Amino acid sequence: MNQVKKVLGLVWIVFGLTAYGLLLKTCSEQIELKPTTDTIIQWSIFAIIFLPIAIGFLIFGWLAFQGAYDNLPESSEAVEE
Amino acid sequence: MQTGNAPNQIRKVIFASSVGTLIEWYDFYIFGSLAPIIAAQFFPKGNPTAALLSTLATFAAGFIVRPFGALVFGRLGDKVGRKYTFLLTLILMGGSTFAIGLVPGYETIGFAAPLLVLMLRLVQGLALGGEYGGAATYVAEHSPAHRRGFFTSWIQTTATLGLLLSLGIILITRKSLDQDAAASIRAFESWGWRIPFWFSIILVGMSIYIRLKMHESPLFSKLKAEGKTSVNPIKESLMHKGNLKMVLLALFGATMGQGVVWYTGQFYAQTFLETACQVDFEQTRTILIWAIIFATPLFIVFGYWSDKIGRKWIIMVGLLLAVFSYRPIYQQMLQITDTQKSVADPSATRIESVINPASGKDYSLQTTTTLQFYQNGITERRVHADTLFADGTERSGSNDKISKELPEQSYWAIVALIFIQIVFVTMVYGPIAAFLVEIFPTKIRYTSMSLPYHLGNGVFGGMTPFIAVLLGTIYTGDVLVGLWYPIAVAAVCLVIGVIYLNNRIDPDVND
Repeated sequence: MNQVKKVLGLVWIVFGLTAYGLLLKTCSEQIELKPTTDTIIQWSIFAIIFLPIAIGFLIFGWLAFQGAYDNLPESSEAVEE
Repeated sequence: MQTGNAPNQIRKVIFASSVGTLIEWYDFYIFGSLAPIIAAQFFPKGNPTAALLSTLATFAAGFIVRPFGALVFGRLGDKVGRKYTFLLTLILMGGSTFAIGLVPGYETIGFAAPLLVLMLRLVQGLALGGEYGGAATYVAEHSPAHRRGFFTSWIQTTATLGLLLSLGIILITRKSLDQDAAASIRAFESWGWRIPFWFSIILVGMSIYIRLKMHESPLFSKLKAEGKTSVNPIKESLMHKGNLKMVLLALFGATMGQGVVWYTGQFYAQTFLETACQVDFEQTRTILIWAIIFATPLFIVFGYWSDKIGRKWIIMVGLLLAVFSYRPIYQQMLQITDTQKSVADPSATRIESVINPASGKDYSLQTTTTLQFYQNGITERRVHADTLFADGTERSGSNDKISKELPEQSYWAIVALIFIQIVFVTMVYGPIAAFLVEIFPTKIRYTSMSLPYHLGNGVFGGMTPFIAVLLGTIYTGDVLVGLWYPIAVAAVCLVIGVIYLNNRIDPDVND
């Protein structure tokens, strides 16, 4: 199971990059199609708020790949180690 | 240290925490439910700056600032204490909600009006970001290990009950401002919408009184007495690798899926019924009210059950059911409300036309209402507006406003379909407070659990209706296309949750 968790870590990294790339592509297409204030604001908000989420996803994938989730902590001391 | 409390004591803790949290959700949702009326009052069409403020205020601000509220008030809660922090969030929420009801319209004070509303909406979002984590932590830290899921599930009912209360108060106010139904609706849209906002201050006042009598969480008090509280909870939550990995796991393996399921079942469903199915305003609200009333006890059932079998699998099964049944459920909703495959009785069709002169203008407005009665029992009301000028010319309104009134059988069938969706909500949401409390240490618990919760619910979940509607405007060929957003997010969350989460119930949150 730990091997699956690690391999999937790479999948999450690729997935995070692809999903955010697709979002940016859709944003630019939609703004180009209808460059009104509402469209620009709406799609820019999506691009901005999902950026930290995408970065978080990459970190999650990286941590999984590194084996950080092989054993989950069972106490607060273990979390803080 | 014993975290269990006498039954009477824990009941007081749950009641005081839940009432305050319920009121905060009420405050937050009345703005969303009244968004079109608020936009008309404060954000005039045709002005680009006002349009920008409208987009920000009604579309995103309240949801996006929730994670920031989680950080600001989470830090305070981990440093100063749970009790005073969520007392503060309650005061901020109540004050800002009441103030929204006082802001004069754009016609009176110009741009100050939308700016004030935007600022107050931001305060609402920040306060909500700080409230939930405090209440859940507070209750969990008073609960014995074997009943943590059950006790915290009461807090989990508050979001749905807050929505229920907001729908109820809005409907009652909308109907009771005048004996004539149409005049009552007009009065509500003109000034009566302010009443639900003012009503909040009474609820908040009561809740503050109740919360002032509460004591600090025993676990936090012990930590504080020992000088072990965190110096910098935000830094410890996000910069410490061991804790950051749990924050990310909680977000991607639980709360992001839970967030989209929550907002699909209770918000997108409402939008879909009103826009895609064109069900009447009042019926849409009462359908949701009935479904919520029937499903709410299940929050407690699943919370209780999570103490027996663990939190993980209840949440995961809820996600799984949502992923596979959303499209069939919404397809069924479309079919039930469809009139195209049914025949209208032409002899029963009624047409009423009313001409109202526009005061001080050289034109009148002609409103033509056509009522059609279909074989499947649906009554369709089509309202068409024309402008009649004094010189005899006429300008036809571009869009007819259609609303359908469902017969009893169809009405209850839709209630059942919404109920099923809220059952999924109860499965993913009922046990999640206990789950979040158990994976973070006491000294940074408020901050650490609030962040993934509000990212999952504020960003992933709160955006669901908007993203789903936007998808519908891009891919116009499929009326159900908006569902792919919650389905995809819930599916990814399900895979991550199944593989990476464990099903362990923490026997001791006192660490």
